[in-house]
Order: sequence, then structure tokens, then C-alpha cells
Amino acid sequence: MTKAIHKVIGTETEFGIALRGNPEFNPVLLSSILVNSYAGLRARIQWSHEEESPGRDARGYGPEGGFIPDLDSGLVNVVLANGARLYVDHAHPEYSSPECYDPLETVLYDKAGEVVMARAQAGSVNVFDDGEELLVHKNNSDGKSNSYGAHENYLIKRQLPFGDIVNHLLPFMVSRQVFTGSGKLKSENGRPGVDYQITQRADFFEEEVGLETTLKRPLINTRDEPHGDPSKYRRLHVIVGDANMSEVQILIKVGSTALMLAMIEDEVLSEPPRLADPVAAHWQISHDPTLERTVELATGETVTALNLQWQLFEQAAKYVENTELPESYGLVISEWESILSDLEADPLLTADRLDWTAKLALLNQYRRRDDLEWDDPKLSIVALQYHDINPAKGLYYKLAKAGRIRRLFTDDEIAGAVDRPPERTRAYFRGECVRRYQEWLKAANWDSLVFDVGTDVHQRVPMMEPLNGNRELVEKLLDDSPDPKALIEGLSA
Amino acid sequence: MTDREQSSSRSESSEEVEGDIEASDTGEELTEKIDDLLDEIDSVLEENAEEFVKNYVQKGGE
Repeated sequence: MTKAIHKVIGTETEFGIALRGNPEFNPVLLSSILVNSYAGLRARIQWSHEEESPGRDARGYGPEGGFIPDLDSGLVNVVLANGARLYVDHAHPEYSSPECYDPLETVLYDKAGEVVMARAQAGSVNVFDDGEELLVHKNNSDGKSNSYGAHENYLIKRQLPFGDIVNHLLPFMVSRQVFTGSGKLKSENGRPGVDYQITQRADFFEEEVGLETTLKRPLINTRDEPHGDPSKYRRLHVIVGDANMSEVQILIKVGSTALMLAMIEDEVLSEPPRLADPVAAHWQISHDPTLERTVELATGETVTALNLQWQLFEQAAKYVENTELPESYGLVISEWESILSDLEADPLLTADRLDWTAKLALLNQYRRRDDLEWDDPKLSIVALQYHDINPAKGLYYKLAKAGRIRRLFTDDEIAGAVDRPPERTRAYFRGECVRRYQEWLKAANWDSLVFDVGTDVHQRVPMMEPLNGNRELVEKLLDDSPDPKALIEGLSA
Repeated sequence: MTDREQSSSRSESSEEVEGDIEASDTGEELTEKIDDLLDEIDSVLEENAEEFVKNYVQKGGE
């Protein structure tokens, strides 16, 4: 049996933006203003694309084939003291979390992104005219058939055959929606009409497997940019998920997915069920908040999303029991189990842990109190404002403050993660270099930093191992190095 | 850290669903508490909901 590699995890969130009072304002400029308004600890630098190749395909195709690379180097780019990247991606501000060691840490650094955006938003107020206000939403759809991403990244073994990943992940991704959805009014992108559905994103997925992220989106994305030693690693780029406000939800989303990948690497999973039509099953499941909808397997049998999830959960629970893993996987298992049990009994029992049920419960309360139809604009604004990242206005925060949503971290813990990197991955090295050597830092990438040390050529420090550069390995060297010149000498010694 | 160390069996998490709402609440008290929260939310909702939602268009992404 092979040995699964440690699942380093990160998330990327593109936030929705709007300028109240001036809806025609250019969104690229608006995003740039927002990122530039972030006044926290950060280094404004060149993001080096030298080693990035978003057009490379994990199935083995070359970088050719007409793919236009994502050239955003002209736009603002900031690396934060927690190792994250804050920048403008197309017409959205994006926060890419630092590399995290386990699912619980991933929750902390995903949530820290909301604080980063809230601080940037607060910093932008003086830029605009009276009556204008920049609003930021952690959501994935404008309700008008435009979607933007919330991506997850998992470190996996290069040797793992991509076909195995696809076969095992398709039924998992299609069924995990029952606990990854953030909830949405209506449907989009030409799908059949509904009043309310589980996810923001399901309507936009049209292929099973592929390289695209902006059109004909695939359930399994094949982008092959390892951001690490390419002979050893892949980075699985998961695009089929919603941005989540709920902490428990982020925990089980990334935790269950990391466990699936580890189990695929360790070859402990039973033969995966094959869906007759994964793309159709995906949106059909999202369109049924009662969770009773069945989808067809290739054998002709029918199953619910919960049937599929229970099968995978049982195997994951056994795996965690028999495998040495970071502690928080135990929490993933207990939360995953209680979510599935509660969803089965009554989905609204999960309204304290899942965005889609929390939002649905709130909308139902409004409908009851004010006798509203599903298409009432008041419900639309409630559904949208659930995702507002301003703590004074965001309805998720209102529910959490009222004790209606369960938390895993305090506000102080999340705020602390804005300026402090994870300690057990290379994000520690990146974040500490931002804090200590900001004036010498010239460029960065996920797997390297470039310093100006006063010589003719800039010095590049590669970081090809995602778990190296952690606190235990580099803190003493950093403490002993007053500047990057000393640091680089120390690293070569 | 808040309650992450606690194991969360199904019964515990079900009890927490209603958060600050006490188990002893009568139906009327419960409705009042929910209405209080809705009143608070009403006070922060964007004005001119219809226009705001109509203008909310997001271009490009991913």
C-alpha cells in the first residue's frame, strides 16, 4: 500500500463588489481601490508568474492549445504578513489563503480573509463621494448568470493516476453539495426554475472534467500548477464549491475533501458508484432543498445525495480511526456525521452550521412575518446581504452574534490570523519575510521569494516543499538574520 | 477557542440549533425573539432593495 502525503490545504475567494450610489463604476478599478485601501501589514510587490502555468493540464496535455494565460501582473498585488495573497483577479478582489496544515487551520485563514476585506472596505470610505459606499460580498453569483469562484487547493501525489481522482471524486463532489452550499434564490444559466436552491454555483457547471474555470466549467478541474516540486506533487484545484461564511461548513468541506484524497492515495476506498449523468445530478441535487431527490447511477439504480455521502462517510470514519492524522480530522468526522444525521432528519436542524439552511430559515421567517412571495425584492436583499463582509451589516454576522450560528473560533482568534502566518507550512517563511524584510522584498510566488540584497541581480529563494519553511525549521535563522543578505547566506550554509 | 474541543454528538448539536432561544420558550416568546432579530436586521438592510438588487451585476471572474 502506498502512503498518502500530508494534505496541505488552501482556499481562494473572489469577492463580489458593488459601489452603492454609482453602479456603473468600473469593477476592475473598484477592486484595485479596495486592495490598495488595505493598510495592514503587507508588502506591495510584483507577483512573479515565471513558474505559473495555469494552462497546463493534469491529464498530460501540453500548455499549447489556445489557452490564454491569466495576465494580471499589471494589477495590484499584495502579500500579507499571514502569507496570503490579496490581489485583483479579473474584475474581483481575491484573497488566496496561505498554505494551511490541516482543516481547522484552513477555517481560520479562510475567515481571516473576511477581516482583510472588511479592513480594506473600511479604508476605502474616504475615496468615494458622499452617498457612495463600496460593498463587498463573500458570495459566488449575482443572480444574473454571472458567477465567480471560491476555489480549494489540496496537495496530492504526482504519481496518482488522474483517472482515479476523477472516478472517486465525481460522486463525492456531486453529493457534498448538501453541506457545501451557501444557498441561493432562483436558478441561473438556463437551468429549470426554482424558488430556492442549495448552492450558488451548481447551475454553472457544464462538463465532468476539464481545464476551464470561466466557461463550460467542469466538476473536476485539471489545472496542473503544483506550486511545488512538480516531480512529486500536484495541487488539486477544486472549483466546484461555494464560498462559505459558516466555520463548521468550511471545516467539513475541506476536511472531507482532504480525507477523500488521502483515501484515494492510500487505495482504501471501495469501487466508486458511477453516476449516469454527473453534471445533471449535480444541479438536480442543488435544486432540491428537501434532499429527497434521487439521481440515477450507471447501473440504473437510484440514490439520494445523502445515500452517497453516508457510504463515503463510513469509509472516512474508519480511515481516520486507523490512520495517523492531525487532530482536527477527528472533529471533521464528528461534525460531518452530525450534519448528515441532521440533514436526514430535517435540513433546517443544521441552520446553526450551514449557510444554505441558515439563509433558508431566515428567508422563511421573513416570508411568514411579512407574508412575502419568493420573488419579493426584500428576500433578494436579505439573501445577498447574508454575505456582506461588513460586520455591522452582514446578516451572517448578525445571526452569529445572536447565537444562532455555531463558531469554531472567536473574533479575536480570526483577527489574529490576519497578521500571523500558519506555523507548520512554508507560509510561515513567506509571512515572516513580509513582516521582517518588507523593504527588500521585490517579488513573490507561492514557491519562491525574490529579494533585492544590493547586488547586481536579485536573489531568489525557492520554496518547493510546502511543509518546509515552517517555524521549527526557520525561526532561529530568521531571528539571527537582520536582513535578507544574512538570511540567504544562512540558507546556503 | 470556543467549543471546538467538545465532541458534538447529534443530540448536542440539535439542541444548539436555536442558539439563544431557551427550550422553555413558549411558541409566542419564540416568535417574539425571532421578530426582534428581524427588526434588528430590518434596520441594517440596504434601502431601495429592488433597485440595489437590480444594479448588482458582477462581471468576470475565476
